[in-house]
Order: sequence, then C-alpha cells, then structure tokens
Amino acid sequence: MCGIVGLYLKNEALRPKLGELFAPMLSEMRSRGPDSAGVAIYRNSVADSETKYSLAHDSSDYDWKAVDTGIETTFKCEARIAQIDTHAILITTLAENKLRGWLAEQHPEVRLVGSGQSLEIFKEVGLPDDVYRRFSLKDAEGSHMIGHTRMATESAVTTAGSHPFATGSDLCLVHNGSLSNHNRLREQLQKEGLHFQTENDTEVAAAYMTWKLRQGLSLHDALEGAIDDLDGFYTFCVGTGDGFAVLRDPIACKHAVMAETDDWVAMATEFRSIATLPDSNNANIWEPKPATVYTWGGQGEVKH
Amino acid sequence: MSTLDLQTLGLRAINSQLNTSDVASGSSWEITEPQGQHAIACGLQSDIKVDIRGHVGFYCAGMNQKADVTVHGHAGVGLAENMMSGQVRVTGNASQAAGATAHGGLLVIEGDASSRCGISMKGIDIVVGGSVGHMSAFMAQSGNLVVCGDAGEALGDSIYEARLFVRGTVENLGADCIEKPMTDEHIKTVDDLLKKAGIDADAKDFKRYGSARQLYNFDIDNAGAY
Repeated sequence: MCGIVGLYLKNEALRPKLGELFAPMLSEMRSRGPDSAGVAIYRNSVADSETKYSLAHDSSDYDWKAVDTGIETTFKCEARIAQIDTHAILITTLAENKLRGWLAEQHPEVRLVGSGQSLEIFKEVGLPDDVYRRFSLKDAEGSHMIGHTRMATESAVTTAGSHPFATGSDLCLVHNGSLSNHNRLREQLQKEGLHFQTENDTEVAAAYMTWKLRQGLSLHDALEGAIDDLDGFYTFCVGTGDGFAVLRDPIACKHAVMAETDDWVAMATEFRSIATLPDSNNANIWEPKPATVYTWGGQGEVKH
Repeated sequence: MSTLDLQTLGLRAINSQLNTSDVASGSSWEITEPQGQHAIACGLQSDIKVDIRGHVGFYCAGMNQKADVTVHGHAGVGLAENMMSGQVRVTGNASQAAGATAHGGLLVIEGDASSRCGISMKGIDIVVGGSVGHMSAFMAQSGNLVVCGDAGEALGDSIYEARLFVRGTVENLGADCIEKPMTDEHIKTVDDLLKKAGIDADAKDFKRYGSARQLYNFDIDNAGAY
C-alpha cells in the first residue's frame, strides 16, 4: 500500500494557500498509509550563502537552542533555529559535511533529514491528519509539496523510517512500493562512502540518487539510471527546487495518476486525492507510463 | 432523469438505489460529484442509463449487467471489471486493467487505456479511441479488442481465442501472439464495433492479431467454445 501525492502551483497567486490545498490531498491517502506520514515543502528560500537544514528528534521538547549556540560557538558562523514540534529548521552558512560530523559528536540523537535552499521535511508516526496538524502545515505558504502516507512493509514503523528521504540539496524522494535489491545496493553504496540511518529500502533509493547526482548527472539522467539499477516495485515522486519528477518501474504495478490545469500540476497514487483540488473536474488527467521519467519544471511544463 | 449527488448521499446509498429490484426499467440516472471515489455504479443488474458527471476511482461499473453507464471524465483502475452485458463508456482516459475478465457487453474508452487493458477478457468487446499500454489482452480468452491508436509492449501475451485489432503500431507482441490476415468477416466485425462505439475510423486500416495456438492445448473441436 502507501500513498504518495505531489502538488506544484503554476499560478503564483495560489501560493499562500499551498498548505490548505495539500491537506485534503494527503488526508485522502490515510487509508493507504495510517502508520506514519511525511511532507516536503518548498518555501522561504534562503540566501545563496546559507543552507536550510531540517533536523528531527524523538522528543518535542529537545533543547534546540543548545544546537544553535553550539554551532555559533564552535564554527564562529551565524545560525538561527526554529523549532516545530519534534523538528527544527536550522539556517546557517555551515557546510553539510561539517554539520553532520558535529551533530554526530555533540547531538547524536538528532537526525539531519533534509537540506537545501528552500526544502523543509517533516515526518512523524501517526495518522496523516495528525502529523499535518503537529507541524502547522495547513497555513503554510510555498510553491510545491510532496507527501507520503505509509503502511510499513519493509521496515519498522518509526519516524526515521518515514518518507520523504532527502537525496541531496533541495531533493527528496517518496516511494510507493518495495525494492527487492536494496540490501545488495546498500552495501555497494556504503563502499562508495554513502551513509545510512535506517534499514529502509527507500533510503537506498535516495542514497542511489545522491550518488548519481554527485557524479554530475542531471535529475533526469539519474532517474534513467534508476530504471536499470533498482529492482522491485516503485512509483517515485521526487521533489526538486523548482518542481518534481515522477518515475514508475517498467511493470508499473503501483498506481499513479497525474493531472494538470492552468493553475497547478499534481500527481497521486489515486485520483481521489487530486479530486479535492480546485477545478479538478476540468483537469487533463492521465496515467504516467512505465519506465518513463516525467519532470515538472519551474515553468510548470511537463517534459517526458 | 433523477440526480444522485455522491457527496450528499454517499457511495453505498447510491449503489443500493441503483440495485433495488424495483428500479424502473429504462430509467435514467445522473451521479454528480463522484470525486474519484471507488466502486461507483458497481454490480448494476437492470437496463438503466447512468451518467456519471466527473472523474471516478477504481472498479467503476464493475460486474455490470444490462446497464448503460457513461463516465464523463477519467476512470481509475479496473473500469467495467468482469462486466457481463450492457455498455460502459468513458469519455476521457482509463487506468490499468479496463475490462479485465469481462464476459460480455461493450466497453468504449474514448481516450487512452493504460496497461493490461482487456486482461483475461472472456467475451467482452472493447473499443479504444486512443492507445493501450503494455500487457494488454494478456491471457485474453474471447471477445474483441479494437485499438484505434497504438499498443504497448507484449500485446496479447499468452492469448487464447480473443481477437485483437490495432490501427497504429504495436510495440511488440507477447508470447504466442501473431499477426493474422484481415478477412472480410473481420473488417465487418471491426466496422460494426466502431459504429456501435460511435468512433469514426476505417475498419480497413486495422491489422488483426491473435493466438498462434502453440502455447495452450488448442483442439479445433473446441473452437466453438470461444
């Protein structure tokens, strides 16, 4: 099972309503994934010199101020942090590898779940509506969101095992399906220097994307590579800085539907998520083809 | 015509209403606000006309008998699954496994059908105005599949005695599926189905595909069973 949804607003006038439009999309997928839910939202882009990090902890009363002052004291750089329930958004000029190393030493229980200029990731165990409420996403403004409701099959029901998984700067991935070659691929990627936080199969897909992108491949080419190298059932929705991408495995067992109007483009596991959007009755609706990379770019154009 | 609003009445009430034994023969119904819900107008058994105004989810008009159901929009997975008789039409595209295992009746998809269209079909006639995806007519036993556009990979894999007609290109044929000559009888079959479906195309432009009868235990004495 599991449900995935993505919404990209072409009409900028709708951006103040992003969180409100996305809420029923995610909620409709609760029957496909009541274990946990996660959302990536693209909003409030930071300066080029800065990076925005999404951090998570098991407790909602963690001392995030200590993380903030710790970074400023240790690295003599600016940092500001804002707590949202069990997560915190950190904005700093500190590079990711330095932050990751410092967190591992000083705050080993803090997970770095995403990074980029505009990406923020929130994920928790529980019903999608409850998770959405905890992170105050209904009032969120932004350009696009992707989300996941999880019914766990391959690993435990934990926050760490929830989607989306970050795949690089401003990139993240949600997955409907299960990969059958993730153990072998994880070993290969570990030899290439990639780090894993969970036993989850989707994290392997995310790491694979990171590895390909590090080699300088475009998002499109990295996903083309995934068709050859990932074995199993999958529909992926990949969030990017200015849109998102969709890829289904060559057999296309896992459901997916896409829709577009002048105002928005959307993808979902089932159309009932998209039906909640304004003017969905007049949308152009189609099912994405197997083993075909679809990217929905900053101009809102569908390329495939 | 009676209008049933799905958001007001709910799915179960609507399907119950259309399934009552005293539903008037020949009556017309309109379902509004379908909102992509699953199993709308399922299991109908009377010669009624149902127009669904909007997009539907999975298994719409499944197990249909006698009724004439039109979806004015897109249909999700398993449209008209296991239909026995009657007619189901979708004005937009249809997702996977449209007409799966269906025994009879006519399914018209004015747009494209996704993969596995007519999988294990057992006597239904399917007319697709656009193209069909991969593995269409997989293990198809009986009936006709008419595709005005193209067909994806492995068309008619492990096919029995269903007849497949494609106007455009076929990406490749599945195991034991071969091209066969179009005779006058086949041209007439396609022409009749196109007319019934209301699709303007020339039956002479279609190619026919069917079973090479090497994969299953075909016996000419049983040909009438299909």
